[in-house]
Amino acid sequence: MRESIVMKIHYGTALGAVALVAIHILMRLTVDFHESLTYDAVVANYQMLGYALLLELILILISVHGFNGLRVILLELRQGSGYEKGVTYGCIAGMVVLIAYGTRTIIMTNMGMI
Amino acid sequence: MEQKIHPKIKEYQEKQEESKVEVPKANLVTLKIKKYNPNKDSSSSYQNYQVPVEKWTTVLDALLDVKQNLDHSIGVRYSCRQAACGSCGMKINGKPKLACFTKISELDSTEITLEPMDNFPITRDLVVDFSRLFANHKKIMPYIMNNESEISNGTKEFLQDPKHVEEYIQFAGCIKCGLCNSACPTMAMDSSFVGPQALAQAYRYVADNRDKGKDNRLKVIDESHGIWRCHFAGSCSQVCPKGVDPAMGIQLLRGYLLGFRD
Repeated sequence: MRESIVMKIHYGTALGAVALVAIHILMRLTVDFHESLTYDAVVANYQMLGYALLLELILILISVHGFNGLRVILLELRQGSGYEKGVTYGCIAGMVVLIAYGTRTIIMTNMGMI
Repeated sequence: MEQKIHPKIKEYQEKQEESKVEVPKANLVTLKIKKYNPNKDSSSSYQNYQVPVEKWTTVLDALLDVKQNLDHSIGVRYSCRQAACGSCGMKINGKPKLACFTKISELDSTEITLEPMDNFPITRDLVVDFSRLFANHKKIMPYIMNNESEISNGTKEFLQDPKHVEEYIQFAGCIKCGLCNSACPTMAMDSSFVGPQALAQAYRYVADNRDKGKDNRLKVIDESHGIWRCHFAGSCSQVCPKGVDPAMGIQLLRGYLLGFRD
């Protein structure tokens, strides 16, 4: 993939994450702040389908953005084709594992399995 | 090594002793020069040389004075002495500058440290190897690419109005001295980074309306160690002795890749 496409995704995920995290934070204002982070309130959020989708989107955007950022930092630290391939595939694998694990948590909580 | 005394300083000292009267004292500065020969030395060292200077003396003048009178072995590259050839780039008191374009008087210091530029392999003392700079410059195809031959279509020249010249003219001032690459923090970390000099030159040709090689050039810089690794620190623009603004060129070039410019 061309680096400009990767960077468009990088910038796009950053903007998307800022917007969605802003909504996520503003949702805290719908109840008293001290209540918003209690166990029951958090689980209730996960059980609302819309909110669960919002969390899933935030998870994807931040994972893609974060692991690409990590790839860029690691590519600057050292160079070499073997190392660079390792970093790229390692970051893709890390991103997939994190999204899969986070999605599992969101689905299980949404379905009341936790 | 025994420290040699500059003939002019010796002359002054002798006159002083003979006449016992006040002889106008010359301004003296100490050049602290980093010496290193990678083929011979295991580590670098600094040598001090005291030279008399006038208010118009440049760092290069002082260096050549040292070479002529105190130490012939100092490695320094120079040619035009007027900031046109880009040969005498070095770190002067920690900042990348052209030795011929920096007056001793403007440094406001009696001790001047001269070191080879960062981010380049050292050939000897103050001379660095420009192979990578020139290879990256060549990679971006620094020439007008246009299939229309001036001869075949019968025109004598590709006409350009001042508005189009304005688009790229400041970037055409690059003398390939390497100061921007030396100041670049990404160059210090990423040995494969194409560098601000080549990127600014890529913009110079991409922005030229006579050129038709934009896509080829953008392809060259749009890779993992290309234009996207610039952090926009801006130090390249700060050190350029010709007023080129590579940091701006890089941002404008990104505009083409992000689709903001045609």
